[in-house]
Amino acid sequence: MTALTEAASLPDTTTISKPRRRRMTASATAAAVVVVLIVLTALFGPLLVGDPVAGDTAHRLLPAGTAGHVLGTDGQGRDVLARLVDGTRLSLLAGLIPVLFAAIVGTGLGVTAGLSGKWGQRLIMRTLDVFYAFPAVLLAIAIAAALGSGLSNAIIALAVILVPPVARVAETETRRLVDLDYMEAARASGASRSAIALRQVLPNVAPPVVVYCTALIGLSIVYSAGLSFLGLGISPPTPEWGLMVSEHTQYIYSAPFLAAIPALAILVASVAFNVLGDGLRDLLDVRGEVRA
Amino acid sequence: MSDVLLQAENLSKTFGNGVRAVSDVSLTVHKGETLGVVGESGCGKSTTGKMLLGLLAPDSGSVTFDGVPLAGLGRGRLRALRARLQVVPQNPQTSLNPRLRVRQSIEFNLRAHGMERAARRPRILELLERVGLTAVQAERYPHELSGGQLQRVAIARALATSPDLVVCDEAVSALDKSVQAQVLNLLAGLQAETGVAFLFISHDLAVVEHISDRVAVMYLGRVVELAPASQLWADPRHPYTRALLSATPGQGRERIVLSGDLPNPADPPSGCGFRTRCPVAETACQTEWPPLAEAAPSHQAACVHVSPVAVPG
Repeated sequence: MTALTEAASLPDTTTISKPRRRRMTASATAAAVVVVLIVLTALFGPLLVGDPVAGDTAHRLLPAGTAGHVLGTDGQGRDVLARLVDGTRLSLLAGLIPVLFAAIVGTGLGVTAGLSGKWGQRLIMRTLDVFYAFPAVLLAIAIAAALGSGLSNAIIALAVILVPPVARVAETETRRLVDLDYMEAARASGASRSAIALRQVLPNVAPPVVVYCTALIGLSIVYSAGLSFLGLGISPPTPEWGLMVSEHTQYIYSAPFLAAIPALAILVASVAFNVLGDGLRDLLDVRGEVRA
Repeated sequence: MSDVLLQAENLSKTFGNGVRAVSDVSLTVHKGETLGVVGESGCGKSTTGKMLLGLLAPDSGSVTFDGVPLAGLGRGRLRALRARLQVVPQNPQTSLNPRLRVRQSIEFNLRAHGMERAARRPRILELLERVGLTAVQAERYPHELSGGQLQRVAIARALATSPDLVVCDEAVSALDKSVQAQVLNLLAGLQAETGVAFLFISHDLAVVEHISDRVAVMYLGRVVELAPASQLWADPRHPYTRALLSATPGQGRERIVLSGDLPNPADPPSGCGFRTRCPVAETACQTEWPPLAEAAPSHQAACVHVSPVAVPG
């Protein structure tokens, strides 16, 4: 009986069917939900909570759970929840903008390098390799310090250090393609180089770059928080998660869990974007689309 | 001659690793004919195809397409010329971009030569119909099609800009025998319909014989025999061609088994490259590779035994 049903439902073998269903794993779905919540918080959260800057020194360092202050107050009597929610905006921006910039510039450089001859490829990639000589965080700190503190300078510094790894991903993918039959056919078609880059190469390079960049957002949030922690990002009193960690650590003895609250927010956001990146890898079926 | 479409003269190509892929190859393709190029893998037939397409610059020699030398063309004019000189690649799994729909793959070629958006859609459907596919397949991705269908799409793409010559590089080698026959018949039909010329590269002599008007046999980067297909089949003159034909089943020929392997193309033997495996080699073969000589009207072979001495056996 079972054998009969199985035989009846044999797949149609006349076409090469894709065996793998494109579906996200449970963890990736959960990560996507968290990311959506973070974005919604950044967009609408500040409307729902009180003033993040107004402090009341009479009610300093109230513990979490206090009526009116769900997450307590900080060293200047400001509501931690209000600051955390409001800080989502800048933390998310500092995560997204550098990655967006790096995705566009890095893909452009990587694809150009991958399609160029030996010397063009070397010129671009070896120049970008210089950035690998320094640890990324150190380089970001150096650039931000040179430009001076402030959100925009922190974003510029992060954008610069994220370009080389994205360019590498794009270049590797492009070079994998150049010798394939359809690229030869594209060159033989008489299309211009830019048309080949945009319409033949980019559709193949985009999925791995998107996957990689999604994971980079988490990293960028952590880095920007780090810059703010060091005083190279947002200036007080504007709330931002990294800055909040920095401010809260001053009270590590009197209110030990205070610093953990924004740190936890950074951790959750970073992990969510990383797991989402892994999920997208399966969804977009990066790798193995050519099964020759 | 006015009906010469593509003329290659004395093409040579040595790669950076010292491999002499192609030496002194001269070929002519006439309008509307099919020239088959046959040889073992590594004999330089694909490299020759790439040079004929202008995708690879020869070290020496020239390619002339319809009276225009490819080497002298600027990038813009070469691109314009490519509408008339197309390719069907070997592997159906990689001949189409996996991220593009069938329609987009064909559209790319139309767009490259400036066809208006409104005109593209009917042209794509017309092309698909001509190769035996339907509008349904236009929206499919390559992984949703079978090998034979993929190669039909690759043919439709090559024909999109109404070329005068299509280089088919092992275009049916990866397909099942039955599908091969369908695709070969399709190519023959398209040729009758449109008058397109084919340069048909394959290692499979039976396939080449079936579709070609004339056949060039290549060995170790050189053309060793060039003849009308029927004549080559009936009366092969070069010992290599004889060995190849004898290996094709169902011919009732006496089997000639070649000893040894294909010599290393980076370090070819002195004189005739085939002499190390040739059953009729003699001392004269050690000095130089004999030039192509007339063995019969429009039948050339590069062997010392061809002319004036009759080949023994």
